[in-house]
Amino acid sequence: MKVHVLYFAALRERVGRSGESVEVPDDVRSVGELQRWLAARGEPWTAAFAETRRVRAAVDQSMAGEGAQLHEDAEVAFFPPVTGG
Amino acid sequence: MAVRVQREDFDVGAEIARLRAGNPRVGAVASFVGVVRDLNEGADVATMSLEHYPGMTEKALAAIVEQARARWDLYDVLVVHRIGELKPADQIVLVVVTSAHRGDAFAACEFVMDYLKTEAPFWKKETTPDGTRWVDARESDDAARGRWEVKP
Repeated sequence: MKVHVLYFAALRERVGRSGESVEVPDDVRSVGELQRWLAARGEPWTAAFAETRRVRAAVDQSMAGEGAQLHEDAEVAFFPPVTGG
Repeated sequence: MAVRVQREDFDVGAEIARLRAGNPRVGAVASFVGVVRDLNEGADVATMSLEHYPGMTEKALAAIVEQARARWDLYDVLVVHRIGELKPADQIVLVVVTSAHRGDAFAACEFVMDYLKTEAPFWKKETTPDGTRWVDARESDDAARGRWEVKP
């Protein structure tokens, strides 16, 4: 399955890019599984996810928990807790 | 109902006048303006940079406004949030709510801000004499949002 991953704020800086399209294995079906799969790929992802406290996610531009399911061509964003206003 | 994300500053008086123009039933206008402070967590803030998630930001703000409209009796709601480079004393965010009575206007205005603080994808980065740093989310913002989860 192909998904489009986006990174924002401190996580974007740590990963060193704002996004990437990845082909994930069949056993990666949820947001939490995708996060762990990305982090297990080595640097810079391992350190970037480890150093970012309370990583949040969105699927197709809506906030999503780690159990949220992925689908073909999903837009999945990872970011630190928001600090607007 | 309107939601705007923009680099430019906003004129509070003009925005309020536009929102209630032509509606003589409006009896209450509540507004909130967020401003950049020059001191945060003990450090002088020289500049602040605001990043957001284009597309999701507008959707998240519109969803928050919809929730407020479902909960209180409102005529109109406006949310304007700035992005890009800001400095102390600059305006960051504006929320304006019009209603027949003040109770609904006050409550909805506070609700929109509390939800914006925890749901809308904006991130602040400050430049201080020690360098740049991403602003940490506050536990008190989660608590402020939590107050609304039990309906009055």
